[in-house]
Amino acid sequence: MEKGDIGHHISQQFNAELEDIRNRVLGMGGLVEQQLAEAILSLIEADRDIAERVITTDYQVNALEVSIDEECTKILARRQPAASDLRLVIAVIKTITDLERIGDEAERISRMTLYLSDDAKLNKALYVEIEHMGNHVRKMLHDALDAFARMDVEVALNTAREDEKVDREYESIMRQLMTYMMEDPRSIPHVLNVMWSARALERIGDRSCNICEYVIYLVKGKDVRHVSMEQMEKDAQP
Amino acid sequence: MSKPTTPTHAIDVSALTHRASGQIDFEQEDICLEVQDLNLYYGQKQALKDINLHIPAKRVTAYIGPSGCGKSTLLRCFNRMNDLIDVVRIEGRILLDEQNIHDSSINVADLRRRVGMVFQKPNPFPKSIYENVAYGLRLQGVNDRRTLDEAIEKALRRAALWDEVKDRLTENALGLSGGQQQRLVIARAIAIEPEVLLLDEPASALDPISTLKIEELIYELKNNYTIVIVTHNMQQAARVSDYTAFMYLGEVIEFGDTNTLFTNPQEKRTEDYITGRYG
Repeated sequence: MEKGDIGHHISQQFNAELEDIRNRVLGMGGLVEQQLAEAILSLIEADRDIAERVITTDYQVNALEVSIDEECTKILARRQPAASDLRLVIAVIKTITDLERIGDEAERISRMTLYLSDDAKLNKALYVEIEHMGNHVRKMLHDALDAFARMDVEVALNTAREDEKVDREYESIMRQLMTYMMEDPRSIPHVLNVMWSARALERIGDRSCNICEYVIYLVKGKDVRHVSMEQMEKDAQP
Repeated sequence: MSKPTTPTHAIDVSALTHRASGQIDFEQEDICLEVQDLNLYYGQKQALKDINLHIPAKRVTAYIGPSGCGKSTLLRCFNRMNDLIDVVRIEGRILLDEQNIHDSSINVADLRRRVGMVFQKPNPFPKSIYENVAYGLRLQGVNDRRTLDEAIEKALRRAALWDEVKDRLTENALGLSGGQQQRLVIARAIAIEPEVLLLDEPASALDPISTLKIEELIYELKNNYTIVIVTHNMQQAARVSDYTAFMYLGEVIEFGDTNTLFTNPQEKRTEDYITGRYG
């Protein structure tokens, strides 16, 4: 399929419907991106207000998932899309599921903030690496959505490659947190909460990677889930 | 709370993960009809250009394409129906079981017995239901009542019409509904046990329920016959066929297994056509 060509149907109405779901996915993506950025900020700054806002935003994200799903069902029933149109609808259905779960993970991080901000003895050193990993994951999500918006396989591939680095960062944070716990067992409840946040970030990286796989499926028609990076690169060849 | 029970038998994961049933591999197919370098002209106008195709045996092959792309013309080549049009000139070869159907040794009537055809509009004879199906057999000289009875019941059963007409076989066939007439015509075509069944828009004049019955019938019939179907209804081609060819302006643009052609076509013109885009 040609980059970004979802128009040119004889039915103008169909063009409008596909354009509409695509725009709504991008809108939902923007909302989730914002949710993630604020969740990380709330954690680093121990800001309860921001954390509360992230938790409230999740209702909007959930509602968007339901309404886009409904729109996709309607298109499947009424238009019986084929080829790239069919792949677009399928990719949208899958993408919004992952976006919604990313929203849930962001919400989880914010809930951790609420627990942690009650804790008087915040250890700032804990958060330096979390912040770094958070920014890395934010960029992954942003690029995955960018790849989706522009139907750009190259960007999708590059973003998927980042996931491995995020996984390594996660492992390094785990080791660091374990050291804290061994040094001072009283810190365990606190550190565990940080650990859950790191875990949530790592999952968001995985889910952003999923979105990149759907972009490759959408553009190339190849299912690249559960394959090696080399295979994915091969399938994404022109 | 009751204890969770473990499954008593091992779950066969491979049975769950194998790809959708009816997964087929073109390389492994027996070939029934083979078209080689076929060109067809109506007078000066070329209607088919360099067609090369293999039609696998006991599968459903569908031709799709816009009006005037030559799909019906190609279908009519397979039982030499185009011979009836004076201005038609044909070059190239069509092999049925490795024999060229244009060979002088081929008897056209015999060819048409082996390659049956059903048209868009049901065309039963103004005779009884029984005599409609018996027609081809009688032409072959079969007159024994019991043989005829058996053959007719078998054909009507295969055409999924038996239960609806078994009590009124002597009634005039023109009294049947359009969908029933079409299935009767199919019964008539299969009564003489052809090898290939050509269907030219078999359901386009029928309501959705009758259409589904015909499609179900096609699915059943492919166990015994090679079926080639021409249809304007792309969803129908997607539903019933194993292989699909997309034709445009007298050429075969893309030919492949139906699942791939409808989810990930390789040619832009195919993509534009099946997604309803203008090129």
